Amino acid sequence: MRKLVTSMLAGIGLTLACGTSVYAQEKSLTIFWAEWDPANYLQELGNEYEKETGVKITVETTPWADFQTKAFTEFNAHGDAYDLVVGDSQWLGAGSTGGHYVDLTDFFKKHDLGNVMAPATVKYYAEYPGNSGKYWAIPLEGDAVGWSYRKDWFEDPKEKEAFKAKYGYDLDVPKDFKALRDIAEFFHRPDQKRYGIAIYTDNSYDAMAMGFENALFSYGGELGDYATYKVDGHINSDKAVAALDAYKELYKFTPPGWAKSFFVEDNQAITENLAAMSMNFFAFFPSLINEASNPNAKNTGFFANPPGPNGDQFAALGGQGISVISYSKKQDEAMKFLEWFIKDETQKKWAALGGYTCSAAVLKSPEFQSATPYNKAFYETMFKVKDFWAVPEYAELLQQLNQRIYPYMIGGDGTAKETLDALAADWNATFKKYGRVQ
Amino acid sequence: MATTMITTLDRSSRAATRGLSDISIRNLFIVPTVLFLIVFNIFPLIYSLGYSFTDFRASTNAPANFVGLQNYRDLLNDPYVWSNFAITAKYVIISVAGQLLVGFGVAMLLNRDIPLKGLITTLLLLPMMLSMAVVGLFWKLLYDPSWGVINYALGLGNFEWLADPKMALYAVALTDIWMWSPFVMLLSLAGLSAVPKHLYEAAAIDRAGPFYTFFRITLPLVAPILMIAVIFRTMEAFKTFDLAYILTSQPTAELISIRLYKMAFQEWQTGRSCAMAYIVLIMVLAITNIYVKYLNKVKER
Repeated sequence: MRKLVTSMLAGIGLTLACGTSVYAQEKSLTIFWAEWDPANYLQELGNEYEKETGVKITVETTPWADFQTKAFTEFNAHGDAYDLVVGDSQWLGAGSTGGHYVDLTDFFKKHDLGNVMAPATVKYYAEYPGNSGKYWAIPLEGDAVGWSYRKDWFEDPKEKEAFKAKYGYDLDVPKDFKALRDIAEFFHRPDQKRYGIAIYTDNSYDAMAMGFENALFSYGGELGDYATYKVDGHINSDKAVAALDAYKELYKFTPPGWAKSFFVEDNQAITENLAAMSMNFFAFFPSLINEASNPNAKNTGFFANPPGPNGDQFAALGGQGISVISYSKKQDEAMKFLEWFIKDETQKKWAALGGYTCSAAVLKSPEFQSATPYNKAFYETMFKVKDFWAVPEYAELLQQLNQRIYPYMIGGDGTAKETLDALAADWNATFKKYGRVQ
Repeated sequence: MATTMITTLDRSSRAATRGLSDISIRNLFIVPTVLFLIVFNIFPLIYSLGYSFTDFRASTNAPANFVGLQNYRDLLNDPYVWSNFAITAKYVIISVAGQLLVGFGVAMLLNRDIPLKGLITTLLLLPMMLSMAVVGLFWKLLYDPSWGVINYALGLGNFEWLADPKMALYAVALTDIWMWSPFVMLLSLAGLSAVPKHLYEAAAIDRAGPFYTFFRITLPLVAPILMIAVIFRTMEAFKTFDLAYILTSQPTAELISIRLYKMAFQEWQTGRSCAMAYIVLIMVLAITNIYVKYLNKVKER
């Protein structure tokens, strides 16, 4: 009898435990993203969702350096550890054609997101292939490259006078790439441990591409023809060659040891009094207006990527869309979260928390544009952005770009023309390998 | 068959009825090890060999297509890969030679009666007890041209160790030498202490100079153990990944292991990276074989 009672109690206990576990599992979602401030904002937004619906949102993060590897390792294993991923824009091709992302075309059309979200974000964070009308993500975090600068250095009357005497025009936020170069040269004073400019130079993942693209696009150059995958005559055009030379010229005015620099180092250039101007994604600017993380917060200004010699003005696109992972067992729950996320009031909350909303209406609102010293520059930039290839073989293309451009930029090997001709040949061979061109 | 017979016999014995016999205990230890080796070493080895003949990409759901020796052909015709091999070879030579000189030199100094010998030896062993990642981050700070201690101590100003393409590989090798010389030192000390004292006494009686004593007594007798150190360090240096990956991203310091990692886990060229891993494996085996043959010759002398 005692054995029977014990067995029954154990059985009831086990049933309850399993039931609770399954219940808890159904009422939670895990979102995978890289480790940075916007992920913390998303967690805060997720807490709001939990209050409203009872569904627990966990934003799991990993350092940027591991993000791609860890995400794709999980995709390749068809794992269901994550239900949604805030994946990089260039992952769209690999995510969609690899079967890792759920097709969100119907969802996108049902909610008219093509008109609700800013055009660039729809084009670069959601649609693949380009102009196909197939959508794989909801634009979540808008981002692009912009610039921060030392207002106190720029506004110093002595500096202004010296600059005008040397260059013949007023020292101010650079109006074009030539002015950017002149100001960088002007403030480059190694003997005072002050340097002109901080740019992206790291050759792992996409840092070098994101940095060079700012010069390339503003000089009127292109990576290639996204429709035909023709690269010869685009990435090695005269404009592209001039852009690479201009970007290499800026490297001369960077602080010492600046050959492996990305977003962390570029913010440090401002916080550590190293550089007059610094390139970075807008998403990294919140820490620059925070006095706890930037002693120069009050003296830090921001501007959009300047135009090139012909007046073209573009910037490299950062940012990500959120996708439902096809191996998730909670896809319905994930879709409900997305429905909540795209609501106007949620987008306003997202922007208020510090996330870069992609909602066109919120972006246009005066509240958003005046919320921080850089939101206006961000708004202007988001309508002038271009992105890297989003094809499934993007990682090989990135690697080839790094292998070609880095030795020229940092080591001074060859010429810009030789570098870009070689890159065009590499990319053409890769596109041939994957059957995109004959 | 023999094992089955012994086990059967054992099972029928009185010892077996009381508990686990010696043979059962032996099997209990060996079977999991063999299973572990099969599951985690041999199976992946064979599986990856199969993939090396395909165009498989792990990031897609597309099936693997047999491409024969195409991956091997492409890799062996890829100038970047050859450049990675050349960089790795240069790194191995600098690093291992440096460790051998420093490690053996320090061991020679310590192989005499000096005060606090034990403490000094223990302190010198500390670098190799640290993790590679920690050492990489630590030395990255030391090398920094703006606030690094090395430039400050040597009065080098803004000299760029890691940002200069020409210096990056040497900087990584220098860090490796700092970290692993103690290993060579430890082995050398063991070898030096095993040299019979009477040989030195006899040499002294014969009025042999230090040069002669070193090359005719010390070195030949320590050579086998030094060769073991060289084999271990060569294999390790050939596989170096973390130190170089953390310290620099210069293409001039892109070792073969870093290229392999990028190919496999950043570009997801799975089939191709499997082929590359086999090429590396064959190279390491070949080099090790040469060393072992030489080691046997040294021992025979």
